Amino acid sequence: METRELICINCPMGCNLTVQIEEGEVVSVTGNTCPRGKTYGISEVTHPVRMVTSIIPVENGEIPMVSCKTAVPVDKNKMFEIIEALAKVSVKAPVHIGDVVLADAAQTGVDVIATKEVAASSL
Amino acid sequence: METKQLVIIGGGPAGLAAAVAAKKAGLDDILILERDTQLGGILNQCIHNGFGLHTFKEELTGPEYAQRFIDQVEELGIPYELNSMVLNISKDKAIEYVNKDEGVKDIQADAIILAMGCRERPAGALSIPGYRPAGVYSAGTAQKLVNIDGYMPGKEVVILGSGDIGLIMARRMTFEGAHVHTVAELMPFSGGLKRNIVQCLQDFDIPLELSHTVTNIKGKERVESITIAEVDENRKPIPGTEVEYPCDTLLLSCGLIPENELSQEAGVELSKITNGPVVNESLETNIEGIFACGNVLHVHDLVDFVSQEAAKAGEKAAKYVLEGLAESTNEIPIETGGLVRYTVPFTVDPERMDDNQVVRFRVGNVLKGGFVNVYVDDERKIHRKKMIMAPGEMEDIILKKEWITPNTKCIRVETEEA
Amino acid sequence: MDYDVLIIGGGVTGTAIAYELAKTDLNVALIEKEEDVCEGTTKANSAIVHAGFDAKPGTLKAKLNVEGAKLMPELAKLLDFDYKNNGALVLCFDEEHRPGVVELYERGLANGVEGLQILEKEQVKALEPNVSDEVVCALYAPTSSIVCPFGLTYAFAENAADNGVQFIFNEPVETIEKIDGGWKVNDKYTTKTIVNAAGVYADGIHNDVCPEKIQIIPRRGEYTLLDRSTGNMCSHTLFQLPTKAGKGVLITPTVHGNIMIGPNAQEVENKENTNTTPEGQAEIRQKALKTIPNIPFNKTIRTFSGLRATPANGDFVIAESADGFFDAAGIESPGLSSAPAIGKMVAGMIEEKLKPGKRENYKADRKGFVNVKKLSKEEWEKLIEKDPDYGTIVCRCETVTAGSIKDALTRSVPAVSLDGIKRRTRAGMGRCQSGFCAPRSMAIMSEVMNIPMEEIRLSNQKSKLITGKVKEDLKHGN
Repeated sequence: METRELICINCPMGCNLTVQIEEGEVVSVTGNTCPRGKTYGISEVTHPVRMVTSIIPVENGEIPMVSCKTAVPVDKNKMFEIIEALAKVSVKAPVHIGDVVLADAAQTGVDVIATKEVAASSL
Repeated sequence: METKQLVIIGGGPAGLAAAVAAKKAGLDDILILERDTQLGGILNQCIHNGFGLHTFKEELTGPEYAQRFIDQVEELGIPYELNSMVLNISKDKAIEYVNKDEGVKDIQADAIILAMGCRERPAGALSIPGYRPAGVYSAGTAQKLVNIDGYMPGKEVVILGSGDIGLIMARRMTFEGAHVHTVAELMPFSGGLKRNIVQCLQDFDIPLELSHTVTNIKGKERVESITIAEVDENRKPIPGTEVEYPCDTLLLSCGLIPENELSQEAGVELSKITNGPVVNESLETNIEGIFACGNVLHVHDLVDFVSQEAAKAGEKAAKYVLEGLAESTNEIPIETGGLVRYTVPFTVDPERMDDNQVVRFRVGNVLKGGFVNVYVDDERKIHRKKMIMAPGEMEDIILKKEWITPNTKCIRVETEEA
Repeated sequence: MDYDVLIIGGGVTGTAIAYELAKTDLNVALIEKEEDVCEGTTKANSAIVHAGFDAKPGTLKAKLNVEGAKLMPELAKLLDFDYKNNGALVLCFDEEHRPGVVELYERGLANGVEGLQILEKEQVKALEPNVSDEVVCALYAPTSSIVCPFGLTYAFAENAADNGVQFIFNEPVETIEKIDGGWKVNDKYTTKTIVNAAGVYADGIHNDVCPEKIQIIPRRGEYTLLDRSTGNMCSHTLFQLPTKAGKGVLITPTVHGNIMIGPNAQEVENKENTNTTPEGQAEIRQKALKTIPNIPFNKTIRTFSGLRATPANGDFVIAESADGFFDAAGIESPGLSSAPAIGKMVAGMIEEKLKPGKRENYKADRKGFVNVKKLSKEEWEKLIEKDPDYGTIVCRCETVTAGSIKDALTRSVPAVSLDGIKRRTRAGMGRCQSGFCAPRSMAIMSEVMNIPMEEIRLSNQKSKLITGKVKEDLKHGN
């Protein structure tokens, strides 16, 4: 039996959750004040996911960098691999919100997309 | 002198939402004045997600959230000027601003909406002992350098203050290749969201040291080390608890100050608690026709509430210009009690208020399992249990018009301990 | 010989001497260990042009203070730096100490200070309503003034450079060697004469050369600077009457409308110890409250400290201490006030020795940096038309334009650091302390100086502001 201590992120209460796991299955969540805590505890232990947001250079853009994000939250353990992959990426202006800047980032099956409009430089 | 029906000072989230609402309320002759090179304000550098859940029912990044409003401004054809710095506002609503294309320009406005946002409390204001080397940045300055310009302000980082910008920057700096040693927080609690504490600190094993402060900055040219010590209940460092962190950078996330120098020069009355204008139910300041919204009015926790508040200001400003606000009959003060530090608005007028008037407030300390009470004169109208209230979160209540009579003397918003 | 005169030190003293010597046809250079002028004691002091009642009659301090203060108004016009005659009060809070006020008054008369008066409580309160009710009487010195010490130093330096004085930066003096007919510095610069204006380091330079040793004790003074919104707290410089208990602290407006409080005095071991301390800050704040109760310290925008170059013998050391080696050492307070007179005195001694002619095509004046807040609307408009950069506000707290910043970067003694820009143009000097404008100023520096952002520094070569580009240093194991 494995025990994990978590802080619930759903509200400022920040309940201290204790999640008990047996053979990869959650057997109990305690310490939560409301049902959202239980749901959070289970997902955070079985499949924690995070959005990754960063910036990459824009060539010929009116600003030098464009912000980007994973299209959906990804496996928490993949965050740095995605950042490393982004280190090699740059895009050409114009860039539109939603443009894929890196497909299938770090073999997660998730694309990284632009989150800002960048027009081409008028120079 | 050129005239405008409505001039909005600031093209950040507040200014944009106010402009859109004013236009939709039928006002055409609007101008947004923005000092930066683009619309969107501080959202442009807030590239993390978590914006807009209330407004758009989805989680957006700062630039995406801003773009939703920029698109509306463009679609509605609302004029704006970039790189334009407002120098002066008079109480007669004359505005002087400058930019490189037009020089120094004057505009006479029928109404003005103040939407200038806020600034960070700088290192200098904190009187931190030690030297003044390179490598001491406010978190927002670092955020601009990293997220907009693509440069690292440092590699080995200590952060003072656990406001959300500080927490967010801990993650951003880590992602971009820096090592964040610790986050020290003077107060016994963090003003940041739980989510940020977990996802920006815990995910990266960055400690959060509550009741701690910086007691020394070493390094005459570039930061060489930062010393952190525990503080007692009077927030004074406890000798013997000092820990020195060798590092090259100190980021400060120690509070935001509404930027009201222009308002003050115009004669707008400010609250000593919010540092923002004292406004009535229409978000109008003591100067008729000058409205305020967003972080210049009071520092918000979520941009969604900025947009809501700004839309209200835009709507009221449009009404003021087009038909005039109802004649004021009785400005009823909203008093505060318990842990409630302030309310916005500060007063309501029964003739002018909305049927369901939103009143926002913040508390001064953490309260678990307490109540929010609202009294109209001596009658308790609201008694709502709250699992938790915390200084970092803005609260609101709805004040119903039907509760208020022309004879109402006082409204009171208070917290009650369990 | 490379030079007729080599001045060591680019503070207000060294640049004042350079300014005076530039009027002659001597070949003059100024050598400085930092990469800009105004980097030592000159950048952190009370910014006051003292009336001259404080120093003991007969001392160099007394003589040069009064002379320097008299020269200041004309200089401010000619060289275009910020200066304001605001008057000073030395406040007495105890009837028992009144004789001290009388003594200062008489000392002032002996030193030739004009307009001194002893004011009673009501008169003091009428001039300065916020002064504590505890005040008993005060010495009023109408000639006391305030000045921008940076502006004064840049003005001296630029005018000197415009008139041919050469500035050598990043060159700490390591060796001074006597050679035939002069001196050799750092084994490369030969010069007929040397001026030692090395501030807190002047004793080391002097002692290398002269058999009779001097000692300079670095004494730190801490300050607190308040936001301009507190600027109406007082209009005069408010001293506390020195008593047995100590010298007290002053509260003064600055020429830019802030309120400055300080300094205390603490001897320090190290000549680079310009740090602030909790004790020092507590001390000046507590003492200042005696002058004005209820000072809004929550309006603090910066705390800082500076070092006085205190001579062990108590007076300025200005003399030809060895053949062709001139000291301008031990220049502590009232050194800023005395600077114009020290410049004249030292230049006079050198001219006596080298008998130079006058510089041809001498340019007597110098223009300061544009402060758009001081322009009329029409003047500003015209300026923007000529150079649109003057319509782009970079520092919003102090209303500083891109035009002024570019100007600072391209002068005869140019800014090369963010601090250099700040002290010249006031960008970053305001209530947000460069939080907003620093990245913007840095971008302008990168463009004008044609260096990458990573090379931009706060104050000197070792104070780089940027450590690299994002993702350059990714080092995560997973």
